[in-house]
Amino acid sequence: MNNNLVELNNCGVLRNHKWLVRGVSLKVSQGEIVTLIGPNGSGKSTTAKMSLDILKPDEGTNNIKKGIRISYVPQKISIDWSLPLRAIDFVNLVKKHKTSEINDALSITGIKHLIYEDVRNLSGGEFQRLLMARAIAKEPHFLVLDEPVQGVDYPGEIALYKTIQEIVKKINCGILLISHNLHVVMSQTDYVICLNGHVCCSGAPNTVIKEPEYIKLFGKNIDPTLAFYQHHHDHEHLPDGSIDDSKKD
Amino acid sequence: MFDDFIVRAFAAGIGLAFITGPLGCFIVWRRLSYFGDTIAHSALLGVVIAYALDFNLIIAVFVVSCLLALSLLFLQRRTNLPDDALLGLLAHSVLAIGLVLLGILSFIRIDLMGLLFGDILSVNVTDLLFVWIGGGIVLIVLILIWRPLFAGTVNLELAKAEGLNPDLANAIFTLLIASVIAISIKIVGILLITGLLIIPASASRNLSSTPIQMAIISSIIGVASVVLGIQTSMIWNTPTGPTILTITLGVFILTLLPLKKLLISKKKIKLSDKR
Repeated sequence: MNNNLVELNNCGVLRNHKWLVRGVSLKVSQGEIVTLIGPNGSGKSTTAKMSLDILKPDEGTNNIKKGIRISYVPQKISIDWSLPLRAIDFVNLVKKHKTSEINDALSITGIKHLIYEDVRNLSGGEFQRLLMARAIAKEPHFLVLDEPVQGVDYPGEIALYKTIQEIVKKINCGILLISHNLHVVMSQTDYVICLNGHVCCSGAPNTVIKEPEYIKLFGKNIDPTLAFYQHHHDHEHLPDGSIDDSKKD
Repeated sequence: MFDDFIVRAFAAGIGLAFITGPLGCFIVWRRLSYFGDTIAHSALLGVVIAYALDFNLIIAVFVVSCLLALSLLFLQRRTNLPDDALLGLLAHSVLAIGLVLLGILSFIRIDLMGLLFGDILSVNVTDLLFVWIGGGIVLIVLILIWRPLFAGTVNLELAKAEGLNPDLANAIFTLLIASVIAISIKIVGILLITGLLIIPASASRNLSSTPIQMAIISSIIGVASVVLGIQTSMIWNTPTGPTILTITLGVFILTLLPLKKLLISKKKIKLSDKR
């Protein structure tokens, strides 16, 4: 299976006589960010779950490289009130880490001060950062992020996406990203797959935006903004107001 | 030492409360209280079978409980009925079958009150062995499966995706509930065991801020209630099982008092004064 961490070949999921998604092929290799975009109900999360082997494909094959560490940031987690759970307990959920490692991971996503805070006292954005911190702490080979920035404010969003890129560089993992933010997707991704029940089009961001299928789904009016962001891509992304990044630079 | 029935009662009650603590936490976290009830209802069938075949009561109840848990898993896969409907279906049909069987086998005389509410004062040395050895095994297994079980409780898909096996942990956990209910029949009876699982855990929730803390405090509350309950029942000559549960309820009500909040807010006020 050479360098690929995960490979889906012509995969589909059938539920109640209806294909949720069909004919999806993708591969993610080390140090690469692959992004899934598409409207609601287009099968993005289903595809992500096949790549994690949570869902077995009813058609096609999913191969995951043996022995790799996997981290998953699901789209939605709700913590029941009956569960007393602090941020640190949540980071330790699947694997126990040293406190120093947990501190590092929480600093990267900017919520180090909340380490002993009860999870239910966190705001939506803080919880999202906690999910990300937990995923990073494991130093995964393969990281799946299902809309990781929902509920995060705009500067935080850019900072988090920058963090994602830094993680790829630092631990050299492969990332499968589901995102709604086309600008960020187009500027920071190696490979884009546009889903709508099947693969509409895929390729490098530059090629995908010219595809008629893509324009049909997302419209043409996004182009100028994209150009703006692509221009920035040649330089360094500057997150404004982010505490972490000022420390790093 | 175990010649005295009071000593045996204390030993059995403490041993049981010790394991129902952490197990009860998972029942509360996973919203399984009705499931515990269902298994407890099926215990009557186990008891009837044990009497009919002159077989060990605890083992018979354990086997019937396991079969019930398996049929639940089967029904969940075969039908689209919601879980609570399936549980109700199983609980009452198995209870009915137990009663029908009891009618057919008219030579059996069962102390129904004892079965429903337990009789901790009649616990013998064999029962004690079941409580402590069985309970010890349950506790060790629970510790072994803690991580996948807990991770799966927080988020099943996350646990699965990251290489744990929460489904297996859930299945094992079901067997643990079945064993604890079987062990507890003589001590608190089938009607009250769910209470001993849920009330200490709920009281503990009001006092704890981490999962492990909640499990430990839950055990402590359970053990304390058993000790107090047995003593109270001797002084007032009340039925022991119900007395124990009444005391756990008393503890629960105590934990509702905003003691912790009062302490914390005082600390905070002091801190802010310093600033």
